[in-house]
Order: sequence, then structure tokens, then C-alpha cells
Amino acid sequence: MQTSSRATTVKKAEFIGGVKAAIPLIVGGIPFGILFGTLAPSSGLSVWATMAMSLIVFAGSAQFIVLALIAVQAPLEVILLTTFVVNLRHLLYATALVPHISNLSFPLRSLLAFGLTDETFANMSQRYQPSSPLGDDHQFAHFFYLGSMFSFYVSWSSATAIGLILGNVIPDMTSWGLEFAMSVTFIGMVVPYLNTKAMFSAMLSAAIASLYFAYLPNKLGLIVSALIGVAVGLTVVYFQKSPLSQEKQV
Amino acid sequence: MSEVWLILGMFVITFGIRFVMFAFAGKINFPIWMQQSLKFVPPAVLTAIIVPAVVMPMGEIDFSWHNVYLLAAIFSVVISVVTKSLLKTIFFGMLLFLLLKFLMG
Repeated sequence: MQTSSRATTVKKAEFIGGVKAAIPLIVGGIPFGILFGTLAPSSGLSVWATMAMSLIVFAGSAQFIVLALIAVQAPLEVILLTTFVVNLRHLLYATALVPHISNLSFPLRSLLAFGLTDETFANMSQRYQPSSPLGDDHQFAHFFYLGSMFSFYVSWSSATAIGLILGNVIPDMTSWGLEFAMSVTFIGMVVPYLNTKAMFSAMLSAAIASLYFAYLPNKLGLIVSALIGVAVGLTVVYFQKSPLSQEKQV
Repeated sequence: MSEVWLILGMFVITFGIRFVMFAFAGKINFPIWMQQSLKFVPPAVLTAIIVPAVVMPMGEIDFSWHNVYLLAAIFSVVISVVTKSLLKTIFFGMLLFLLLKFLMG
């Protein structure tokens, strides 16, 4: 009896810890949810689809990129292919988290997978650090995960709804060039990556390729250029490795 | 309706990627080159979206001073490098863009 009540206390503390850890990231994220809701209808997405995207897909940066594709009338297959490529990074997150959640039930793992966003991954990485204020007993750390993901889910959908309402009050945002809001948002997201030679080469080659392939049908230039960027980045990483360190591995 | 397929497709793809590792509980391993390449994907995709959007806003390549999208974008890159803040970049970038658009008609 006593142990189960202690467990409840720990679960509650973990959940609240997750909510608290999410707050700073939520404050930064709300403007993007609002921006998404404001820009979506002028990109050609219906109100219900905008809301459904935040509620069902729940993937901030992919949602923005899809808006940019819808605005230029890219076909569905290209949009879905892009969604796949953009969200592939979640495989890395999931791989890192798997050792901590593999003992949980299948339905619970499904729910946690749904909420695996960049932000919740960042929160969980901190929770699993030995320096975490909640200690290094991770038995109920999935409640921390739930606290973080639910806060993001609620704030992201609410912000989208607010954006939809705002966009309705200020009609025809595109006519005064608000599609630039999307470009400037992406610029702010992409510049911090420019910290290694490999990343710089990847982005520069993606930039040049995107102009060269701009007239490919079905907006396929985006995927082609991104893949060229990734290939160049990998090549630079490969050549940066000294021959010595490679011989050691053999 | 195609929007239904859009939402459904995006859900299946996004959830599928997030779920596959959790479902098999770590019985899959990825080769190192694949883990390394995933790191390059988001910046490469974003760059490939930004550059055509600001260099050819009217559908043709325009490297002139009349292209306010390009001017504001270059300014935004500088702001981002200096402030390292996403929100400040958006705010000042957008402000300059609207100002230039107003001044240049």
C-alpha cells in the first residue's frame, strides 16, 4: 500500500517535471504555432486541414515545409516524400531513447512515439543525464516524457487555432508578401547549423543545386538538392577523417 | 478529397518513423554513414527551400538590388549570426522586408 502511494507521488513529480521542462521551449514555440495557423490558409490549406495537421501529424518543421510546397502547388507524392525525408531525423531520436522505454507496454510505446518531437527529445535527453534534478532512477521517467509531450501537444494545437483566428481577421496575408515570414523563419532555423566545414559545404551545395534544379517538374528540385547537400556533407566528413584513425579501426 | 490523403499520408509517414524503433524495441541498428547523413538532412532541406524562395520570388533568378526578398534574406542571415536568436531574426528580418517592400513599391 505504502509503496504504491510512493509510486504515485513519484509519477506525479515526474509528470510535473516534464511539464516544467517543456515551458521554456513552449514559450519559444508558440509564435511558430500562431505563424503556422496564420499562413496555412493563404498557402491554400483549408481551416480543418490546418487544424488536423497540428492535431494528427504534430510535426512543427515538417508542417511548415509542407505549407511552402502546397503554396507552389507541388503534387501529393512530392509533399509526402518531403515529409518522409524531413522527419527521418526522428529515427535518431528514437534510437537514442529506445533503451529507456523498451520495457514499457506496446500501447504506451505507441503513445510516446506519437509525441516524439524535437523538443520532447531535448527534454528527455536532459532527464536521462545523471545531473537531472529528478535523480537517476528512471523507473517512472516516462511520466516526465508524457508531461513534456502533452504540454507541447496542447500548446501547439492552441497556437495553431489562435493563428487561424488571427489570419481570418487579417485577410489575404500573401498580398503583402507574408510568405517571406516562412523564409525568414527557416533562415533563423538553419543558420545555427553553420558551425562545421562539412555542414557549410552541405548547405552551400544544396543552395546552388536548388537554383540549378529549380525548374525540375513537380518541385522535385527540393529533394534532389537536399540529397546532393547530404552527399557533399558526408563526403567532406569522410575526407576529414585522418588515414591513421581509419587504420586503427581495421 | 486530396486534403484527407495529405493529412493521412503525413500522419502515417511521421508516426511510422517515430514508432518503428519503439515498436521493435531496439532490435534494429543503423550503419554509421546513415546516422551521419541524417544530421545533414534538416539544414539541406531548409536551404533548398529558402534559396529559390528568395533568389527567384517571381519565378526567375533575380540577383538585382530590386529583389527585396533577397536583400531581406541576406540581412536576416546577418541578424541570425549576430543575435543567435530565432525570434529576433524573424522579427527584424520581417521588419526590414516590409520596410523595403514599402519603400521600393
